[in-house]
Amino acid sequence: MRAGDESAFAGLVARHDAALRFGARSFVRSEAVAEEVVQDTWLAVIRGLDAFEGRSSLRTWIFRILANRARTRAEREARTVPFSSLAEEAAREGPTVDGSHFDADGGWAQPPSRLDTDPEDRLLSAELRARLVDAVRALPEAQRAVIALRDLAGLPSDDVCELLGLSAGNQRVLLHRARTRVRAQLAPIVAGGAA
Amino acid sequence: MRLRLRRRRRPDPLACREFVELVTDYLEGALTPEDRARMDAHLAGCEGCTGYLEDIRAIARSLPAVELPPADPATHATLLAAFRDVRGR
Repeated sequence: MRAGDESAFAGLVARHDAALRFGARSFVRSEAVAEEVVQDTWLAVIRGLDAFEGRSSLRTWIFRILANRARTRAEREARTVPFSSLAEEAAREGPTVDGSHFDADGGWAQPPSRLDTDPEDRLLSAELRARLVDAVRALPEAQRAVIALRDLAGLPSDDVCELLGLSAGNQRVLLHRARTRVRAQLAPIVAGGAA
Repeated sequence: MRLRLRRRRRPDPLACREFVELVTDYLEGALTPEDRARMDAHLAGCEGCTGYLEDIRAIARSLPAVELPPADPATHATLLAAFRDVRGR
């Protein structure tokens, strides 16, 4: 790619552009600014490829550029609450599964409903997969940022902690809340209201 | 001493209510060996929590495979042109 292999670069864009746009929305409030930040990021990637030293993965390097650019923009756009404070708030929010789903001993009052999965690849069914992105989009911003970077973009947890300025514990709190909420959104409404 | 021996044989049982809060820590390998053993012991006897864990796993597994909308063609073309400008041979 450094030597000008355009198809390699096109492949890189195809692979990461959407996840970058998703990530950018976690840092800046408007869709339009997010688009600009992503485009700026790609231009910086093109110019900076020589400086990429392979100490992190290429993916993490690109997301780091995104985070830096977005942060500069976000300062101007007054995004002032750090992710770490949002995580601490989330940690104080009480249980992720409402107490009404459990009996007095803390066991399931009735068996929880199951998400529909494909028995072969154990992925969610196509119908549920089609609703996943909207479910992630609907999350509170810190949860959305963590699940987008971890599960959509596939970044390792250490890198996500660094990018968002989170401790490992806080990152897990947000990831757990995010996945739990996504599950609740996808779970079929079962009579009796099982979790 | 007697207490410790008893504990080792049978760890404190975990309620489903606690189990669901520890699922991500479990999947991330962030639990102490003792808590991990409590989770495994609970899983062995609880279909509800096994299913719950599988749901969360399926979400984590499905997200990387999800189809995200591609960049609009004009933006894509602009980026490739910029690449050619800077890196073209």
